[in-house]
Amino acid sequence: MAQRFTLVARLLHWTMAAAILAMLFIGVAMVASLTDYHRLVSIHEPLGLLILVLVALRLVYRLFHPAPPLPRGMPGVLRFAAKASHVLLYALMFALPLVGWGMLSAAGYPIAPTSWLHLPAILPQNDKLYAVLRPTHTVLAFVLFATFLAHFGAALTHALVFRDGVFQTMASWRR
Amino acid sequence: MPSDGPGRYDLAALLAPTAIARLGAIGVAVAAVAVAFAWTAGWLSPERLTQARMIDAFEVDNGQHAGFRRNHAKGVCLSGWFEGNGAGVKLSKATVFKSGRVPVFGRFALAGGLPMMPDGPNAVRSLALDFSLADGEVWRTGMNAIPVFPVKDPQAFYDQLVAVKPVGTTGKPDPVRIKAFFDANPESARAIAAIKASEFSSGFANAAYNSLNAFRFVDAAGVATAVRWSMVPIDAFAPEPSDTPPDKNYLFDALAARLKQGPAQWQLMLTIGQPGDPTNNATQAWPAGRQTIDVGLLSIVALQSEATGNCRDVNFDPLVLPSGIAPSDDPLLSARSAAYSESFTRRVGEPKTPSAVQAGKGG
Repeated sequence: MAQRFTLVARLLHWTMAAAILAMLFIGVAMVASLTDYHRLVSIHEPLGLLILVLVALRLVYRLFHPAPPLPRGMPGVLRFAAKASHVLLYALMFALPLVGWGMLSAAGYPIAPTSWLHLPAILPQNDKLYAVLRPTHTVLAFVLFATFLAHFGAALTHALVFRDGVFQTMASWRR
Repeated sequence: MPSDGPGRYDLAALLAPTAIARLGAIGVAVAAVAVAFAWTAGWLSPERLTQARMIDAFEVDNGQHAGFRRNHAKGVCLSGWFEGNGAGVKLSKATVFKSGRVPVFGRFALAGGLPMMPDGPNAVRSLALDFSLADGEVWRTGMNAIPVFPVKDPQAFYDQLVAVKPVGTTGKPDPVRIKAFFDANPESARAIAAIKASEFSSGFANAAYNSLNAFRFVDAAGVATAVRWSMVPIDAFAPEPSDTPPDKNYLFDALAARLKQGPAQWQLMLTIGQPGDPTNNATQAWPAGRQTIDVGLLSIVALQSEATGNCRDVNFDPLVLPSGIAPSDDPLLSARSAAYSESFTRRVGEPKTPSAVQAGKGG
């Protein structure tokens, strides 16, 4: 069959897909909730840190293991959309946890994603900085969710409409 | 078998009936995820009690006061230290309970959402503290000088805010609504009665401040104990004067004058819950005679105005806890954490005006 992503790349992709989708839902539920707020924050922060670690590993891995080529017949506009949306996804996967860490730092909260892990502040305590970063975190999350929807729709279109093998490069588990 | 033929990407191929049906199904799948997201966010259920609605209710009752806390709006920053005596170590592994001194800052305030309210005999005094521990851990607590909390959960808190909303031309709450609230929440009626029966002290320095909510103290072996705590003043209790002084800041001014004579001090007393004592209902006091442990001495030495002090831009979230103190099953704890966060986010982005209480130099 056609070239596909390596096993490590596929594992990283699907692990992060589950983590990020859960993260987005937890995030919007958390900021609306009262009784469940603390429980959700207690998942949101360590999961965000996990995503940051995974995306860093993934980017390094990707540099040494490039993605399989797109089908030769794929039009330029679709190639551009594919490349640009992946650059955006990577940028957001880094930006969201870093902005989250930064905004907690600017607010003067201790950075303790778990009771046994204390991280340093990455920004000085500053109310004006927090006032910018907090809404930025929300806006970036909505951009990530929109990008995810586009990615999800495009993957299904490759699988069901174009049937060009692109979906299988990530979704095929046959040996 | 898939091929690299370019035809599959042509518009004509996408307009074939099968392709349109499949694109439609994909659209439904994508839309379903988007709708699930919107539902999770509460956008499809405006009646859901959210952080934003809770803080909106404060703003409806008190009006908009840009830059100020939505509750406990009038206050002043404080600084000092806490000196643990080591007795708390057997209940909690938190380093704050070891023998030794940790720096403390915080805020004295009056409950209520009016930043310019005059001090008065019925104003509930509060004390918020931040203990900065050696290993980067932080313990924050917001305590009130009342024996029990007026409501048991976030819904009752919200309903109370709605019930006391000033109405019509009188600018006072509607007694019918208040009665309806107490009828629906008898535990709040009992709690308010207990608060009214308790005698308020003459000032900030001789008031006892209570955690009200229960927490779980966890020792080095992982054993948890239900605890409520109080800051018990060293200064002798004196009742409120019968005539309220005309000075709008008489409580804060008296505190500043008191601190000029030396640190004001409080013993941190832990009350140990027994099995069956309610940990999920802050309207209920624990039975009298529960064991208490003195675990250290809080010394407050100075006040600072909010604009120049260390407390204005800090959220005294009661769930900023060190390892060794954990939340109980009290639903108010998570709700306080959530509502404080919303209040913090709103006020931090707003323009600032001077606070009512200006702490003089050396005060």
